[in-house]
Amino acid sequence: MQVEYLSAFNVVLGVLTRFWPVWIALALVMGASFGYKKKLGLYGQLFDSGVGIVGVGICLFWLFTAIFASTVAPFDPLAQVPIMKDALPGAIDPQSGLAYLFGGDKLARDVFSRMVYGSQIVLIIAPAATGFALMVGITLGLPAGYYGGKIDTVLSFLANLVLAFPVILLFYLLVTPGIMDTPIPYAMAGLFFLFPIIFFSVLFWTRYKNRPDRLYILLGLTLVVGGWIYAGLVFDADPFKIIHIDPNQLNIFVAVVFASSPGVFRIVRGLVMDIKTRDYVAAAQTRGESPWYIMLWEILPNARGPLIVDACLRIGYTTILLGTLGYFGLGLAPESPDWGTAIKDASRLLRSFIHPALPPTIALMSFVLGLNLLADSLREQSMKD
Amino acid sequence: MLSFVIRRLGTMALTMLCLTMIVFFLVNLGPNLKKLAISQTEMHTSAEQLEAWLVNHGYRQNFFIRYGQWLGVMPKQPVTDPATGKPAQRFSFCNDPVVPTFSGILQGDFGCSTKFKTTVASKLFPALSATGILMLCVLAVMVPVSLLIGILAGMREGSRTDRTLSVASIASTATPEYVSGVIFTVIFASWLGVLNGSAASASQGITFYNFTLPVMTLAIYGIGYIARMTRASMVEVMTQQYIRTARLKGLSFGSVVIKHALRNALIAPFTVIMLQFPWLLTGVVIVEVMFRYQGFGYTLVEAAGNNDIDLLLGCSLVSVFIVLITQLISDVGYAFLNPRIRVQ
Repeated sequence: MQVEYLSAFNVVLGVLTRFWPVWIALALVMGASFGYKKKLGLYGQLFDSGVGIVGVGICLFWLFTAIFASTVAPFDPLAQVPIMKDALPGAIDPQSGLAYLFGGDKLARDVFSRMVYGSQIVLIIAPAATGFALMVGITLGLPAGYYGGKIDTVLSFLANLVLAFPVILLFYLLVTPGIMDTPIPYAMAGLFFLFPIIFFSVLFWTRYKNRPDRLYILLGLTLVVGGWIYAGLVFDADPFKIIHIDPNQLNIFVAVVFASSPGVFRIVRGLVMDIKTRDYVAAAQTRGESPWYIMLWEILPNARGPLIVDACLRIGYTTILLGTLGYFGLGLAPESPDWGTAIKDASRLLRSFIHPALPPTIALMSFVLGLNLLADSLREQSMKD
Repeated sequence: MLSFVIRRLGTMALTMLCLTMIVFFLVNLGPNLKKLAISQTEMHTSAEQLEAWLVNHGYRQNFFIRYGQWLGVMPKQPVTDPATGKPAQRFSFCNDPVVPTFSGILQGDFGCSTKFKTTVASKLFPALSATGILMLCVLAVMVPVSLLIGILAGMREGSRTDRTLSVASIASTATPEYVSGVIFTVIFASWLGVLNGSAASASQGITFYNFTLPVMTLAIYGIGYIARMTRASMVEVMTQQYIRTARLKGLSFGSVVIKHALRNALIAPFTVIMLQFPWLLTGVVIVEVMFRYQGFGYTLVEAAGNNDIDLLLGCSLVSVFIVLITQLISDVGYAFLNPRIRVQ
């Protein structure tokens, strides 16, 4: 049977039309943000510079691609159509009549659909892992910077210990199949996922200590929601079966949080040491506020600018880390459509076929570039104030 | 100054001790030891035989005794040959002792590689020198290029050159090695055919043809970061009073940049370049695997993939040492370069 091909122009047109839900969503959000940019604070100011618009645009593009992946992708990411093995871009599948827009890989899967579904994995794990790393880093960095002394020495030593590990060695040690048989990943997950619950409990306790009506609602909400997610993630014991994480993904998640939280810790510690000399901190101390109130409600809000910028950069860095894990075949399933695994598979066959390699590399690069541009323009805007 | 360096060296030794102990613990986890035993014995060995192999080769001794043996503070015991009952070498390919001896890191013995069937030292040090050559080439490309980009961009803040170069450096920091490696291979090896997509032949002799791609791939990720730091430092220096004074004296813009600004602007990038080494280390692993260059990174991946305990410990010791010593050099060097800083 002869495989027919689309022309290059039709391939480009086909790709653009496949992304139709993304374009509509992008137009709506960008249009709305542009219209109301005066009222949107820091986010609105991003639309003042070209770099900011491009950064927001790229990030939103991948966000919507991940959300609408099942509509955008014409094929299942794992489906194999034997005749399309190593097919060149634009080959038409004779059965369904749909085209393999970016061609097929060595296992006859659609490269385009895999790239689209790969965005889902990256956009779930990278921001979530960054969020947890921020929680861990902030909860430990605040007391280290504020109290100094012994706490600081011990915590800084531990942070430097992790930072002295080359990332790749850390991953080889922590993300091996063998380690899943030991309790280590679950113990680490249990420890790391405790931090958000502690953080929010202390946050509400210090603020609403004297207003029990508010306090009990917020504290109860934190413990119920936090405990529910905690049970689902660490023990896989969600009573409603909504929150579920694959043991493999849990392992990756824990390793990524472990590798990036010391960086957050160092930044938070530095910021706190700078901010605690300000007058408003002295004023709060004179008022007799508790140390944790000062850390969480006086210092932390004033450190938010650099932290937001760092979070943006860190999501990009986490994406690169996930790609590294995929590239070395660690943790993620071998047939997983994530970008790193796809790059690994394709780079081994570069001598014969180059088309499966380009979509995932360009996807990963553009997403990280978008985040970096976003961070850069956020930094510029926050420096203007 | 001297007491500062001594204190830092003390912390360094403590860090290395803790880290090697963590690595030692992780490579000696049950499943990892089983993997090692399976790879070292013949096919289809029963579970009892695997266990017997582990016991016989001393892998079931107390954790701290074994760590002490590796470190060289406990004597290494020879194994008992099950056939004759006499003490024998643990691994015959490494000249292990037949009498208990202190032979560990402190005595300069890195142990025995089970994967390559040789001593760790004879595998690790040639690999390190191969990586050293790669690193030298990368630094020779990366440092001048990134400093030049940073200075050109920071000379006139907000100009068109500045914008273009800044976006270019952001783009280069957004491109990890495994992405740029693939893209460069596609362009230069598959399409143009001017460079070799594999550096495997570089072990015999380095040529422009087989060595350019790995060097380019490694350099590009660091260039953006160093250039951005240099730009920030340059921008700050250019707003200083003494630069305005020099301009008002009637000096040309070029000579102000070269004679007055450059020296002060290059202090911060020095620290950044030194702190790039840990990053380069991860990059080296990716690039060496991608281009099949037999260096340190390639050895590390082989050791980790086969749970080669002594080799992996040797690799981690070396990489942690590099990270910590560059941190120390960057701190001490910063104090030397910038007379306003005093270390206590």
